[in-house]
Order: sequence, then C-alpha cells, then structure tokens
Amino acid sequence: MQEMMEKRALELLADGTVNRVLGWSVGEFPYDMTPAVFRSAEDLKDRFVYNDFCGANLSKYLIKESKGEGKILVFLKPCDTYSFNQLIAEHRIKRENVYVIGIECYGKADVEKLKAMGLSGITGIQMKNGEYVVETVYGNKTVKASDATAERCLSCKSKKHVVFDELIGEDGDVVEDCNRFDMVEKLEAMTPDERFAFWRGELSRCIRCNACRNVCPACSCEQCVFDNPNSGVAQKAAVNSFEENMFHIIRAFHVAGRCTDCGECSRVCPQHIPLHLLNRKFIKDMNEFYGEYQAGADPDARPPLGTYTKGDREPNEGGNK
Amino acid sequence: MPVTEYKPKIVAFCCNWCSYAGADGAGSARLSYPAEVKVIRVPCSCRVNPMFILRAFQRGADGVIIAGCHPGDCHYTSGNYFTRRRMTLLFSMLDYLGIERERTRVEWISAAEGAKFSKTMNEFCATVAALGENKRLEDLRCKK
Repeated sequence: MQEMMEKRALELLADGTVNRVLGWSVGEFPYDMTPAVFRSAEDLKDRFVYNDFCGANLSKYLIKESKGEGKILVFLKPCDTYSFNQLIAEHRIKRENVYVIGIECYGKADVEKLKAMGLSGITGIQMKNGEYVVETVYGNKTVKASDATAERCLSCKSKKHVVFDELIGEDGDVVEDCNRFDMVEKLEAMTPDERFAFWRGELSRCIRCNACRNVCPACSCEQCVFDNPNSGVAQKAAVNSFEENMFHIIRAFHVAGRCTDCGECSRVCPQHIPLHLLNRKFIKDMNEFYGEYQAGADPDARPPLGTYTKGDREPNEGGNK
Repeated sequence: MPVTEYKPKIVAFCCNWCSYAGADGAGSARLSYPAEVKVIRVPCSCRVNPMFILRAFQRGADGVIIAGCHPGDCHYTSGNYFTRRRMTLLFSMLDYLGIERERTRVEWISAAEGAKFSKTMNEFCATVAALGENKRLEDLRCKK
C-alpha cells in the first residue's frame, strides 16, 4: 500500500498536477504517525509512511492547506472523506485546490491496546501478514493485528469513499449493522444516578488540554467560544467539577449535526475519555427525532439543526426512557 | 437555629413578544407567580444559547425554563421552531449525563396567556423545589 501511494504521489508531483503532498510521517515514537506536508520528491521518499497506525484524519489540515499556492494531494480514508465533504459543505475547503486520493482501509490500530497488553518501552513495530512484531526494550512480542484494532474501527460506519478524484484499492460500502450506538443505548438504559456517576468518572479526568477541539474537523471556527475569557470555561485547569461538564456538553452541541463520527476526539484524548459517546448521543437522537442523517454523506443535504418541521417533537417529551 | 424553608432559584428566559408580555398580563390580572422566578427578557426564544442555560446552572440556578411564542406564532417567523429542535437535543443530552430532566423546561406562552404564565411558573417552581438543590451542575465557587 505504502509503495503504491508513494509511487502515485511521485508521479503527480513530477507531472505538476500537485506541488505538495499531505500524508503521514513517523513522529516521536514508532507508533506515532504524524500528519506531514511533503514538498519535494526527495522529502517524500525520505519520510512518507503509511501503515496501520496512520489513524489521523487529514481533512482538517486542508482548511489551511487548500488556501495555499497550487494544488495539494491528500490521502483520505473512507471516514476522512465524510469530514472532507462536510467541510466542503461549510465552504471551509477550496475543493479546486485539492487532489483527493481515496485509500482503502480495513481498520486502524490503537497503540493503547498494545499498551494494555502490558507492552511498554516500544522501540519499533514490524507489520506483516496480520501480525505485529512489537519490539520493546524488554524483548519482542508477536501480537495479532486484529487484537489491536481501534474501538472506533470495530464499529466502522462506512467503508465507502463519498468523495475522491482517484482511488487506490477497493471502494467499500456503508456498513448497515455497525452497532455504533450500542454503548449509547447501554447508557440510556441506566438510571440517572448511574449515568451521572459514569460521566463524572469519565469527565472528571479531563485536563482541558483542548486536544479534542483542536483535532476535530467540525471544530474549526476561527474564533472559538472557549477562548473567550468571559465564557466561564476558558481556564486551562478546571477549578471545579462543573467546567468539564459544561465544556464537553457545549462542544458536542456545537458539532451536533456536523459531526461525522470520525472518532478523532476519543483517539487523541490523553485521558482516554470516550468523547465520541457524547457525539453519538446527538447523532442517535437526531436520527430518531428528525430522520436518518449522516453528516458529510451529501453536501447538499439540510442539517437537522438548520431546518425544522411544524410537527417536531416537544422538548419536554424527553428523549430517554 | 430557625429552619428556613428551601426556596429554589429559577431562571426564566422569556421571549420579548409573547411570554414577557404574558408575564405582564399575569401581573395586570393580579395573578401571582413565585418570587423565586427571575425573568430574563430575550428577543426570541431562539436567542437562548445552550451555554446560557448551563451558565445559569453554573451560577446556582436550580431550574431553567424557556418560554416563547407558540410554534407558528414567532415574531421572526421560525425562531421558536429552531428553539424546539435545539432544546429537545440539549435536554436529552442533559438527561444522558444524569442531570434531572425536570430542571429544564420549554413552554409556549402567548401574550394573552397571563393565566398560563402564572400556572406554569407555579408548577415548575413546585417541581424544582421537590427536586431540591441543584448539585450536579453547580459551580462550587458560588456556594461559599
């Protein structure tokens, strides 16, 4: 896969279709694949990587990059194409400045799962034939790749590319029985006290690093409400238990109807808070109350919070049991 | 020490064109509503940002009610239809986080419905008083 992508990127750079490439390079750790812009063939040959740890959604970077000189090549996984489409619908990306290559994806790996197996001091990971040979300072261990698949990929909603200029690999289909709302339903079935205890336990770990906001393709306002010192939630360190609640409710509300459920918020959270469960609650509610809607699937569709019908349900009716 | 009766703090966001006039109507008709209800006038019920509601709770409110024109009667044609969608989602989310859903409410009260205003506020106040103090969304700094 990496060779094919690199070859095609080099061709497009050579014939002048694009003048730079947005992809991934190795970051600080061997499992930390960081988004990177490559401006020359040498740079690309040198640093470009693509493997199971390239989980980052590159579409948000295009808000800035698509406004630069010339065209940029970007590699998008199926879930990333939804975010890309949504940003086009919001007029945030200049489509004519982007050349999209859709790449097939069968799920990305989550290094946290490897760490949970007791692997620490990882110095390298060799990937082949559905297995990872994890090299650590304490010795090597072979792990089945499927055991390290990220949670969000286990409930993948779609393997279909909703937008692309060309494809490398196969285009898949929307996954109908992805069960992505299972956990939301489980929470809904709990009593309010249990739910409160669950969320207090999760949200109180928040350190307000803003990583969820910074990585979210939907959270791309030029001025964010949370940067307003009068918002009451602008502090870095929460002085009480309320702020995390408020921050995460408001953040989820601001992306309601625009969140494509890419799962980046939970992936980057250094405290492992399942933030996608807040977004999924809104998605599930909107599907139930206002009809099925998938943000990013159709850039011309009306978002549920941007429209109304005369017979909408009343707020006091309640959503949960 | 004398035991003081617990009085909840209620914030009522009232739309300028209907519910605020409805509150006025309640006054002219000598209908009472609890003094615990603090009315905040907004140009339209859809002016109410979810953050206003959370901020009210943060600053010590025990209940928040949003009152606007009846659907179809909005002074700005469609504002309250958007309020309805937003608040449906927000209330459902608060419930999902384990916050009592009786603490929040939306009511449609027209300028002619002084009696409904008074009745709604009395009812809501009683409901919130029965729930007791808001402990789940409060800001501890304000409770010194």
